[in-house]
Amino acid sequence: MSADNRAPLGFRWYGANPLHLLALIGCFALAGYAGLRLFDARPLGVAVWLFGAVIIHDLMLFPLYALADRSVQGVLRHRPAAMPVVPWINYLRVPVLLSGLLLLVYFPLILGLPQGYPVITGLPLEGYFERWLLVTGVLFAASALAFALRLRRHLRTAGRAAP
Amino acid sequence: MVRETLVRGGRAITDNPPPGPFRRSFWRSPIRGPWLTAVLGSVLLVGITILFVTGLASYAAYNPDLGGNDLTPAKGLLGFYLFDWPTEPYWLYRLNQGVHVTLGIVLVPVLLAKLWSVVPKLFAWPPARSPAQLLERLSLLLLVGGAIFEFATGIVNIQYWYEPLPGSFYGLHFYGAWVFIGAFVVHVGIRFPRMVAALRSRSLRAELRVDTAATRPEPPDSHGLVASDPAQPTMSRRGALALVGGGSLTLFVMTAGQSIGGPLRSTALLAPRGQVLSEGPNGFQVNKTAFAAGVIGPQTGPSWQLELNGPGEPVQFGRDELLAMPQHAARLPIACVEGWSTGNQSWSGIRLADLARLAGLPGASSVLVESVQVGSAFASTSLRRNQILDPQSLLALRVNGVDLSLDHGFPVRVIVPANPGVHNTKWVGRMSFEA
Repeated sequence: MSADNRAPLGFRWYGANPLHLLALIGCFALAGYAGLRLFDARPLGVAVWLFGAVIIHDLMLFPLYALADRSVQGVLRHRPAAMPVVPWINYLRVPVLLSGLLLLVYFPLILGLPQGYPVITGLPLEGYFERWLLVTGVLFAASALAFALRLRRHLRTAGRAAP
Repeated sequence: MVRETLVRGGRAITDNPPPGPFRRSFWRSPIRGPWLTAVLGSVLLVGITILFVTGLASYAAYNPDLGGNDLTPAKGLLGFYLFDWPTEPYWLYRLNQGVHVTLGIVLVPVLLAKLWSVVPKLFAWPPARSPAQLLERLSLLLLVGGAIFEFATGIVNIQYWYEPLPGSFYGLHFYGAWVFIGAFVVHVGIRFPRMVAALRSRSLRAELRVDTAATRPEPPDSHGLVASDPAQPTMSRRGALALVGGGSLTLFVMTAGQSIGGPLRSTALLAPRGQVLSEGPNGFQVNKTAFAAGVIGPQTGPSWQLELNGPGEPVQFGRDELLAMPQHAARLPIACVEGWSTGNQSWSGIRLADLARLAGLPGASSVLVESVQVGSAFASTSLRRNQILDPQSLLALRVNGVDLSLDHGFPVRVIVPANPGVHNTKWVGRMSFEA
C-alpha cells in the first residue's frame, strides 16, 4: 500500500495513515446510524437484501456468466475445417448480454410478477414477455446480419488473395 | 519475536494462496486493468453523485417537516439538508425524478462492468495484510452491498413488485442510500489519486482506435488487476466500453419514453409506463386507479361535499357550488416518484389561495388535504404556504376541457406545480388550513 510510507512512526501497525482510519470510522458511524433505522423494518429480510445481493452477484451471476462464455467458446470452436475463420464470439455475446441485461432490469414485469400492476396503473400486465422476446429477436437478427456482412467481406478478401 | 513470526506466517499465506480464484493466474482477461476500471469508475463517480443529489431533492420534495408527510419519521440527523420545496420551475420534480430513475437504470451495466473489472480483488490473498486493509474491505462490503441494494430496491419499486421488499420502499431506499454513501465517499477519497493516475496512463482517444488483434494487456500493476497469465484477447477495450455503452443505450431507449411522454411514450417497450392508457382528454397516465384506492362506493357520488376548515366553523360546498366560483387554468404535468410523467395537461379549477381565503385564513402556512380514499399512506398530505399561494396551484374540477374522470380524482383533486404526484391528492374530501 502506498499509504504505508506516509504513515507516521507509531502508526505503522495500522498499515495506512491516520486519515484513512478516521475516514473509515466516519463511514462505519454513518452506516451504523442509518443502518439502525434501515434494519428497523425486517432485520433478516434487510440483511438478505443487503448482503445476499453481493453473494448472488459475485458468487452466482458472475461465475455463471464466465462459465457460459467459456463453454460456448469451447464447444463452438470445433467446427468443420472448411468454414472460414472469422472471430464470431462477440456476435453471440453482444445480443445475449443485451437481452440478459433487459431481463435483469425488467424481469418483474417480463415475468408478470407484480400482481398489483394492472389494478394500480389501469394498464395490462400481459405483453411484457412478448415485447422482451421481440427486442431479443431484433438484437439477434441485427447481430446475425452484422456477422453475415463481416463473413462476406472476409470471403471476398480471401477469394482475392487466392485466385 | 512475535511480530517476526506474524510476518513470516503472513508470507507463507501470501506465497500459497488456495487454488482457484485466489490465485492470480486464475484471472486471464487481457483487458482487465487499472485503466478500464478507472474509466468505468469515473462514469459511476459522476452518475452516482447525480443519483444521490436527485434522491435527496426527491425526499425534500415531499416536505417531510409538514404534518404526516414524512414516511421516514426516525430520520434524525439524516434530514439536515431539507428546505422548502419550490413550485418553480413547474417541471422541477418531473425532471428530477426522470433523471433519478432513468439514470439509475442506465447505470446498471456500468455498475456490473465495474464489478467485473475488479472481481479478482474479491479473492485477494491473504484477505487482509493490515488492519487498514481489513477495515477497507469491510467498507467495500457496504459499498457493493449498498449499491446493489439501492439499485435493486429502486428497480423493483418502479415495477410495483412490492412483495419481496422487506419493508416500506421509502425507508429502505432512504436509509440504504445513507448506508451506501459513506462507503462511497471514503472509497472515492482513497482511490481518487489512483483513478486519475490510471486515466492518465493512456489516452481514451488512442484507445478507441485499438482493435481486438492489437489489444495488449496493461502493464503489470501492484493492485492485482492485470492478468499475470493473460488469455488471447477476444474483445478490445474499445469493444468492452462499446458493449457497456450499448447496454446503457438499450436500457435508455426501453425506458426514457415513459418520462418524455407524447408520441415517444410507446417507445419505452419495457418500462412500467410505456403503454398508452387510452385516448381522450382523461387518457393520460393514472397514478393509482380509483379501484386500487378503494374509491368505488358512494363517497364521490351526488352527496359528496368539500369541507373547508379554518379558524371558524367548517364550511361545506357541493361540486356545483365550486363550479360556480371563479375558475382558473394551469398547464401542469403529473410526475411520479417512480420516474414516469405525463406531458402538460390543461387543468381548470379554484385557486388554493382562494380556498384559503374562503376558509378565513388567507395567510395560511399550510393545508392538510384529506382524500376520501382509505388505507393509503397518501390519503392525506400537507402543502406549504408557497404551494398554496402559487397562482397555478388549483383544486381542479376539470382537465383538458372535460370533467375529471374518477381515476383522475373526480369530483376534485389538487394540482400544484413541481409537486410529487402522490401529493396532488385525488378525491379530496376535506381541506384544513392552518395558521
